[in-house]
Amino acid sequence: MSAIVDATGLSCPQPVILTMNEIKKIGKGEITVLVDTVTSRENVSRAAVAQGWILKSVEEEGEAFRITITKD
Amino acid sequence: MSKFVQVFATRWGIIAVGAFIGIFAQLLQKLGNPANMGVCVACFERDMAGALGLHRAAIVQYMRPEIIGFVLGSLIAAYAFKEFRARSGSAPIVRFILGAFAMIGALVFLGCPWRAALRLAGGDWNAIFGLLGLIGGIWVGTFFLKGGYNLGRSQTTHTSVGWLLPLTMLGFLVLMLVFPQVEGQEKSGVLFYSMKGPGSMHAPLIVSLPIGLIIGFLAQRSRFCTMGAIRDLVLFRQTHLLTGFVSLVVFAFLTNLALGQFHPGFANQPVAHTMGLWNFGGMVLAGLAFCLGGGCPGRQLFLSGEGDGDAAVFVMGMIVGAGIAHNFGLASSPTGVGPYGIPAVITGLLVCLFIGFTMRQKTA
Repeated sequence: MSAIVDATGLSCPQPVILTMNEIKKIGKGEITVLVDTVTSRENVSRAAVAQGWILKSVEEEGEAFRITITKD
Repeated sequence: MSKFVQVFATRWGIIAVGAFIGIFAQLLQKLGNPANMGVCVACFERDMAGALGLHRAAIVQYMRPEIIGFVLGSLIAAYAFKEFRARSGSAPIVRFILGAFAMIGALVFLGCPWRAALRLAGGDWNAIFGLLGLIGGIWVGTFFLKGGYNLGRSQTTHTSVGWLLPLTMLGFLVLMLVFPQVEGQEKSGVLFYSMKGPGSMHAPLIVSLPIGLIIGFLAQRSRFCTMGAIRDLVLFRQTHLLTGFVSLVVFAFLTNLALGQFHPGFANQPVAHTMGLWNFGGMVLAGLAFCLGGGCPGRQLFLSGEGDGDAAVFVMGMIVGAGIAHNFGLASSPTGVGPYGIPAVITGLLVCLFIGFTMRQKTA
């Protein structure tokens, strides 16, 4: 069961801030981040990888993206 | 195609975009734009406000094609790569006020972050105070971001909402073509033109519009942002956007050397004053307002081009703010700050603090 961060409709840098807060909170495991711009998708992915998390998948859901990141 | 999509999101991609802006800004200066003002988003929006008669400062009136190109170039890129998404509704009035005060702060310094970089690259050391102020303002803004400052979610809306600012820019271009500058006249149809001063200095439309379009296209792809450059460094220790901003300064400097446009010093710099404290203070206000508004003035134009109606309101705030700045004597001149520039900066800072402290929305 992964933690979910809903960052849809939020503009830069909020999606990254919310993702980083969740990363700090759970330390390791799986997080699913919902965003709705390509920019946010890139920014969240880049920030997560910089924190040592692995980009597991990015799925397109209508106008939104579901980004799943993991860390063991 | 997908490789091309991704290349501008890489580190080398953003360095290339910064280099392009740095080089072509100086070439625009060589071709007629004002000194150390090859491309200044704040100054050029101020000139557009003058062209529309929102202020009547006779020396800064010109419908700048570069700004029109930024928005339309971004629109083209957004459609080409299926990223156009009309959205709005994230506290538009706050974005308008932030845009207006960002412009007032920028006009006390005499330039936005883009021009601060170009002034530095031209040897205007007063820009150092401006850049320090910019960093200071953004640094303050990051505390609000860490504390939960947030203007709330936008919503997907009618495609035509996202088209309104690009159409407005297209309308400005049509006005320029219908009412071109007439030698020796300060008015042509509904548009005002400058007969002397920075507003009278401009590269030919046939050059400035395409360069604006290309910069708009590239900046939309790369997410180039001069405020984000500093914010991401302070907030996340990320240097991605910063490399683009540094690249702009380095390549603008090298181009200036090659073209003989580098003149180091504090005194007698073009369209600049030497009041260090207010060069600093003006940019603290601008930096804080850009940070709370989520993007530098260029980025707000590029976002407007990809359908962000809230960024479009910020742009309108900046244009109206320029009108207020010149009508009320808030804008600086080469002799120093305007008669009411200092109280305006203090008022703007208080307004930004009010916004930062009170607008913490739960997003969960």
